Amino acid sequence: MNYRSNLEKCLSERQFAITAEIGPPKGSDAKKIRDKAEFLRGSADAFNITDNQTAVVRMSSFAGCVIILQMNMEPIMQLTCRDRNRIGLQSDGLGAAALGIRNIHCITGDHQSFGNHPAAKGVFDIDSIQLLQIIKNMQDAGIFQSGDPLLAGRPSVYLGAAANPYADPFKAQVDRLWKKIDAGAEFIQTQSVYNIEKFSRWMDDVRSQGLDRRVHILAGITPLKSVKMAERMKFHVPGTDVPDSVYQRMIHASDPTKEGYTIALETIRELKTLSGIHGIHITALFWEEIIPDLVKNAGLTARI
Amino acid sequence: MIITKQKNFDEILQILGNGPIFLIGCSECATLCHTGGEDEILAMKEALEKRKIPVSGYVVLDPACHLQNNKRMLKEHAKELENINKILVLSCGNGVQTIAKLFTEKEVLTGTDTLFLGEISHVNEFDRQCVLCGECLLDLFGGMCPVSRCPKSMLNGPCGGASGGKCEINSELECVWDRIYQELKKRGNLQVLSVIQKPKDWSKAGAVKRRI
Repeated sequence: MNYRSNLEKCLSERQFAITAEIGPPKGSDAKKIRDKAEFLRGSADAFNITDNQTAVVRMSSFAGCVIILQMNMEPIMQLTCRDRNRIGLQSDGLGAAALGIRNIHCITGDHQSFGNHPAAKGVFDIDSIQLLQIIKNMQDAGIFQSGDPLLAGRPSVYLGAAANPYADPFKAQVDRLWKKIDAGAEFIQTQSVYNIEKFSRWMDDVRSQGLDRRVHILAGITPLKSVKMAERMKFHVPGTDVPDSVYQRMIHASDPTKEGYTIALETIRELKTLSGIHGIHITALFWEEIIPDLVKNAGLTARI
Repeated sequence: MIITKQKNFDEILQILGNGPIFLIGCSECATLCHTGGEDEILAMKEALEKRKIPVSGYVVLDPACHLQNNKRMLKEHAKELENINKILVLSCGNGVQTIAKLFTEKEVLTGTDTLFLGEISHVNEFDRQCVLCGECLLDLFGGMCPVSRCPKSMLNGPCGGASGGKCEINSELECVWDRIYQELKKRGNLQVLSVIQKPKDWSKAGAVKRRI
């Protein structure tokens, strides 16, 4: 079997996959991203390079992915619809494939009002579902969104998307996962899981519709580093669900950092046993150095 | 209706400088959203005169975006317009431009910001409804427009950020996708949302002239 990427291979061969997020720096220093990546080498099967996450300007995901490739590691290029129209997005998709990027994660993108340029005009010409379909059509049918044919090579990329089991309306999020799969998503990285009970209910719906057999689902993990972070995630970050039980553990802990780590470890262990979960996606915000320990102590192994 | 708001009075004073000035309002939208109707024009006149800025006269056009009608209505004010160099318009941006065409020798200044095409939802409350995209998709979404009312204009929503029916970017804004979902559910018509909506044809939003 010819796999487009290491991530596709891991997931297709039913190994429990690990992906980890690397945020590019707020500047042009390639060493910053190289150092982070070097530290994480061997801790994940592939690395998401974020695309100006939370609408804060950073080095481009595209450039970050190329740096990761130069290190013989595997990037997942995040591609958001906030900053480019369909012309720019298709062009970047082709460019990424040309340079050897083999995983593209399609997202609509955080609204610009959350970032450090709230006066910017958001593009939002298309949404994530349309982006998935457009790249899939370039790949499978050899056509651009306009219907024009590609003339010199079709991009060969493994397509990913996001899912949020905690957003409202709850049922609509499962319907939307269905649409993402129909549009072309082959792997899904979910919002960070703190509320396992609600996540399990969502997975019940996912399984009852057989979606876990049509797509590989990686559950999101974001270790809580401090009480302040727990507060931010609970009260201020849209679309996250930190249940009171987790929040109480954090505020009453003598060592909140250790407690946050322990909670993450327990969550991974529970997720591993959940039917239909094919891997985890670690987003360790401002705490990337914890990833190797977390992966090791959770009994996970990257295959690279 | 075109929803406008008056610019801050200090800002208006700054763009006006010294008078004398002539004031123009509009009988339609700017009247209904209390930006440039007769009441607001008279209030502006009084406020300016208090600052010793002379006002030579005023008119509330019916409406300000009607070029030929403006010519007729403004004739009656020829005398008041004769010796002034500045006209302050309290209408939408369309009205300002139509008036500016008629006074190429004078400074036509705008005292409002034009916000959106929207409804009067309650007394003194207005909500954005339409972005004039050129191809109406309302029938696909239970009569509610995600292009204008979703901050990400998503045609395959909802995104993952809404909570309790409210939009992630503004807790005062209802998530239009939540409303669409609830409405179609009530009608037993949720299956229409399973269709992947294709990218929108924005070329239709580029119309610049229409003749009948």
